[in-house]
Amino acid sequence: MSEQAAGPREITGAQSLIRSLEAAGVEHVFGIPGGAILPAYDPLLDSQRLRHILVRHEQGAGHAAQGYAAATGRVGVCMATSGPGATNLVTPLADAYMDSVPIVAITGQVPSGSIGTDAFQEADIRGITMPVTKHNFLVKDPADIPRTIAEAFYIASTGRPGPVLVDIAKDALQGRTTFSWPRELSLPGYRPVTRPHGKQVREAARLILESRRPVLYVGGGVIRARAAKELRVLADMTGIPVVTTLMARGAFPDSHPQHLGMPGMHGTVAAVAGLQRSDLIVSLGARFDDRVTGNLDSFAPNAKVVHADIDPAEIGKNRVADVPIVGDCREVIADLVVALQAETAAGKQGDYEAWTQFLSGVKQKYPLGYDEPADGSLAPQYVIERLGRIAGPEAVYVAGVGQHQMWATHFIGYEQPNSWINSGGLGTMGFSVPAAMGAKVARPDATVWSIDGDGCFQMTNQELATCAIENIPIKVAVINNSSLGMVRQWQTLFYNERYSNTDLQRREAVRIPDFVKLAEAYGCVGLSCDSPEDVDATITKAMEIDDVPVVVDFRVHRDAMVWPMVAAGTSNDDIKFARDMAPEFDEDEL
Amino acid sequence: MSRHTLSVLVENKPGVLARIAGLFSRRGYNIDSLAVGPTEHPEVSRMTIVVNVEDSPLEQVTKQLNKLVEVIKIVELDSSASVNRELLLVKVKADTATRGQVLETVQLFRAKVVDVATDAVTIEVTGSAEKLEAFLSVLEPFGVRELVQSGVVAIGRGGRSITDRTLRPVPVPAPAAAG
Repeated sequence: MSEQAAGPREITGAQSLIRSLEAAGVEHVFGIPGGAILPAYDPLLDSQRLRHILVRHEQGAGHAAQGYAAATGRVGVCMATSGPGATNLVTPLADAYMDSVPIVAITGQVPSGSIGTDAFQEADIRGITMPVTKHNFLVKDPADIPRTIAEAFYIASTGRPGPVLVDIAKDALQGRTTFSWPRELSLPGYRPVTRPHGKQVREAARLILESRRPVLYVGGGVIRARAAKELRVLADMTGIPVVTTLMARGAFPDSHPQHLGMPGMHGTVAAVAGLQRSDLIVSLGARFDDRVTGNLDSFAPNAKVVHADIDPAEIGKNRVADVPIVGDCREVIADLVVALQAETAAGKQGDYEAWTQFLSGVKQKYPLGYDEPADGSLAPQYVIERLGRIAGPEAVYVAGVGQHQMWATHFIGYEQPNSWINSGGLGTMGFSVPAAMGAKVARPDATVWSIDGDGCFQMTNQELATCAIENIPIKVAVINNSSLGMVRQWQTLFYNERYSNTDLQRREAVRIPDFVKLAEAYGCVGLSCDSPEDVDATITKAMEIDDVPVVVDFRVHRDAMVWPMVAAGTSNDDIKFARDMAPEFDEDEL
Repeated sequence: MSRHTLSVLVENKPGVLARIAGLFSRRGYNIDSLAVGPTEHPEVSRMTIVVNVEDSPLEQVTKQLNKLVEVIKIVELDSSASVNRELLLVKVKADTATRGQVLETVQLFRAKVVDVATDAVTIEVTGSAEKLEAFLSVLEPFGVRELVQSGVVAIGRGGRSITDRTLRPVPVPAPAAAG
């Protein structure tokens, strides 16, 4: 008897899960098996389409899925078992939620009959992750698996992207079911608005032409919406200065003369001054985060605000919007270009000459810079600058969190979207190595540099084993200042140089751990560098190795600080470009 | 601060109440009262949530609620254009000496005695918050032994319905968006 005549073939819930992931277009899954998810790992072995990458810690799986998604815009997938496996995913889920990264996490759950009994390895992961996921599901019936997976991928990747968790009870994976991929989804409460309102866009265009000191405030939404091309058209057409937030680095070329750099707590003087003195902020996929605005009451006091975002809840959350626009950034910017062209055809023209002159003066007067250490030791900024120059704008750079992250955002020139990946909103130390691994899996032909601190690196470097064994040749630059550098910087500035628990080394000749030996123990090539003369040669050597992961221990000066800086809670007007050095502006030109 | 009554239509699925309660607590909004129940559509539940906030946080509450995938629709009900009711069950001391006076109060407020014991009666009353407050203050001297009160339920006046909208399905996108 043929299969057709017998009706749909019976399979297990686990097989249905694997077929569902294949139907959703998944090619890579990062995960670790365990009791409750075990049934799913059996059919995984037979899948022709899915490659499972066995990581060393579930947090690594989650960040790898994030790196995968951030490098390509495709949905990243991670998998873990119940209880501790699932709770280890909480940090990456929270990170993905803050930075709007589309990932789907599949977790095993104890059998449905045992739920609520404090069974072995039971954790209410759906309850735990409610505040840090865009949505989550608990599946108890094998028949619900295909529809739930389809909904999870749809929710993760549309609207404002974000993490979705699917928790599946073990008996649902073991039970018998039939597979059918849904053609339609029933999500009556989920209808993201992508088309902007025409009237609002025309109003925004009118304000842009009326303003004299406008700034395009570009956020991560422009990257997620793949709107870099449209942004370039808008900027070139209007001549309006651009700032790109930490999440938007690469959305607009750093080499472009209109680019003022990154705004915020560690922003460039030009970007901070530009927003602060503007009369119109055109916010595109940004959310007026506290790290950008500083003290909110004194942020850009004379600016009107056009706020475009796909998430209506972001508009007016921190700063009142004069013109709110709900929509996908790509469509908003494209429509804005058309609206501006219509106004221009009607003879209206923006006049920003004095403003752009003023800002390019500020940019010239207060460029990013750093002091070479007097003792001839290595400046961390120099290492990162050279790395960016040698690896170039085609490479993907993945940072951890702290001083090295700020230097990596400043001293590497980003020319294209998705080439800069970091943990912006949550600020997760340990993000870099696993996220770089995910990025390299997604873009095997690209050079992927993890730029990490020695503090961050020790939180997740176990994934070097994964990289070595699974043939994922990432490169790691450890900017090793033997301390928790950013915290140390705050202790220097705000705690009278009382260095409480920020020193990661004993002051002896032996380094603990020795990162070169550690790299070698993990099957990677380990290199080290501690003098400026060797930097280029070391980077070049690392670039030449492409069959195994490389770790370079850059032993840098520990007193280097991140500048410019706006102290937490103070006004952006109080920006310092170096310690106790406030910029002076020739306001008369305005 | 001002009081706002929100009617929230949600998918009738497990965990929805936890999601909504969690959202209020983590964003720091206070719920005055909350009532949940079924609607004329079996797949849709309706919550009536009374919140005490200024207008601009209210807008945030509404927007954040709307982001929840299982929230279908939110309508703010203006008290002048809607009917608001609460239910109160109260156990009042009533012996042979006072029972007559208690029953008189029950009649005055168009309430109903639902249980009688030798030394107490249990009374059911529905109405606006103001009416229930007045009723309780009159009963107070007799001795209130126990009371339980529901949250507000509210419905707009007139012939229009907030629930009559199609629960349209959405087509599944091509797998290209996934990875």
